[in-house]
Amino acid sequence: MAYSLKESVAKEARFVSGHRMCAGCGAPPAIRNVLNALKEEDNAVISCATGCLEVSSCIYPYTSWNKVSFIHTAFECAAATLSGAEKTYYNLKKAGKIKKTTKFIAIGGDGGTLDIGLQSLSGAMERGHDITYVCYDNGAYMNTGTQRSSSTPHFADTTTSPAGKVSPGKAQKRKDLTEIMVKHNIPYVAQTALFGNLQDIYTKSEKAIYTEGPTFLAVFSPCPRG
Amino acid sequence: MAIRERLSGNEAVATAMKQINPDTVAAYPITPSTEVPQYFSNFVANGDVKTEFIAVESEHSAMSACIGASAAGGRVMSATSSQGLAYMFEMLYVAAGLRLPITLICGNRALSAPLNIHNDHSDSMGVRDAGFIQLYCENNQEAYDNTIMAVKIAEKANLPVMVCYDGFITSHSVENIMLLETEEVQKFVGERKPTQYLLDDERNISMGPMDLQKYYFEHRKQLADAMRGAKTIIEEVSEEFYKLTGRKYELFENYKMDDADLGIVVLNSTAGTAKDAVDELRRNGIKAGLIKPRTFRPLPYKEIPEKLKNLKALAILDKCDSVNGYAAPLFTELTSAMYSSGLTVPTVDYIYGLGGVDVKVDDIIQIYKKLNEIAKTGNVEKTTYYLGMEN
Repeated sequence: MAYSLKESVAKEARFVSGHRMCAGCGAPPAIRNVLNALKEEDNAVISCATGCLEVSSCIYPYTSWNKVSFIHTAFECAAATLSGAEKTYYNLKKAGKIKKTTKFIAIGGDGGTLDIGLQSLSGAMERGHDITYVCYDNGAYMNTGTQRSSSTPHFADTTTSPAGKVSPGKAQKRKDLTEIMVKHNIPYVAQTALFGNLQDIYTKSEKAIYTEGPTFLAVFSPCPRG
Repeated sequence: MAIRERLSGNEAVATAMKQINPDTVAAYPITPSTEVPQYFSNFVANGDVKTEFIAVESEHSAMSACIGASAAGGRVMSATSSQGLAYMFEMLYVAAGLRLPITLICGNRALSAPLNIHNDHSDSMGVRDAGFIQLYCENNQEAYDNTIMAVKIAEKANLPVMVCYDGFITSHSVENIMLLETEEVQKFVGERKPTQYLLDDERNISMGPMDLQKYYFEHRKQLADAMRGAKTIIEEVSEEFYKLTGRKYELFENYKMDDADLGIVVLNSTAGTAKDAVDELRRNGIKAGLIKPRTFRPLPYKEIPEKLKNLKALAILDKCDSVNGYAAPLFTELTSAMYSSGLTVPTVDYIYGLGGVDVKVDDIIQIYKKLNEIAKTGNVEKTTYYLGMEN
């Protein structure tokens, strides 16, 4: 379907206000725009890695996840958790226990995706689950206070790769996860950023969510604290 | 009609899983439980089950996928051992904290280092506080029966259940066992009817939130209460199983304890060996008895001490070590329970068979001999012994 800004903003948001993310954080609008690509009649299960987004969007007894079901288990296993839910969907559907079409979306930051969650992500992608993994990448472990990740750019000054008298900052170059995902031979891999072009994130999200099989979407996103 | 079969412990458990026909199984191979997912994969490949099998890339992902699957509303099972269970550690707490009725098969094996593939209970004892119900099995029949009961117990208690049996000794030994008809198993376990699940068409939910202090404490208390309440559920399910099969299961097995002077408490396959020792001693006029806990979680903290009160000496056998400079878990927890019941029977801890060291009838008789000495004086000179390495 051709993209229409007017139609997309008229849809009911699946990620709503009331969360406790920082003012100026890129993650909430990024995720709201990714989920905006869901068809209104479709259900979705969101599996979220531990991180800012999780601890700020689902503080008991509140949730910012609207008209989707949400699960958080731990830091490194958003993809594995989702793969269990996705496989179970087929049996419940076959048994007639559920009727709606459900889409499966995992979300992690760069720490939960490029580093500690890489094995879980790689495994889920290789097994061919019909899921979309969305990495909102702000280039460091921002939740714990701007420590370096493998997505942190070369020479960046972080709290665990500080620039000092003898070090210019992070000594290593950035890991290219998008390229690693391409090498998994999955049907769709994309990267985008939220700002300046809402059509781009919408169309890539739509393609990622509605392409059969495992798909990966990197969304570059700023952190006001890093 | 019951079916007479001869199966290894792993085959028996895989057969139970086939008859249960869960929605989802996620597992990663590890000796000695590897055969369980392996046999099960064949059932999937041949269309004997409807199950979606997820051949995950690690045990951490196995338990994560089980959590996702169970949260989604499915009936879910997995199997592991040793390092695999240790690798799952983080997710076991999540499974229990989310109150998900996952059945996890544990073929008990030693933990590294040094690397060892043989049996002891370091793995399941290492995760004893995760919030899983733990059922311990003496032989293949018990492994089969407990696997079937575990599913029902888990779903009634909203708690995950671990079915533990000895690696190689039970997992790979072939024994004659009685199987139920698949239809009987299906009828016994029924259908899982989750009240809150991710895939519910009618209602979206959020699971696994962050809890601030007050809610966290409340939720952990609810988990603790569920474990306390699980005792009754286990008894009810076991009673129902008894009516179906004639095989009686309680929280623990009481073997010739009623008039015993000398007692041993021991888990799993060694209980079989120890029963032979009890019989031999009884033939010689020594009043020996034995208790074999079936549930370590929940701990029968009132029921077991009640059976120990007339003893003159007691040995608690641990096939693992706490490396705490004192004693091992079964001993420390049961002696604590005895203290709470006002019981002061002279008691020693025997750590035995680590890494699969064979334990024979004679070894157990040596323990009873030691108890006989203790009973004469009433004095415990030393609390913890390493069986076969010191006297």
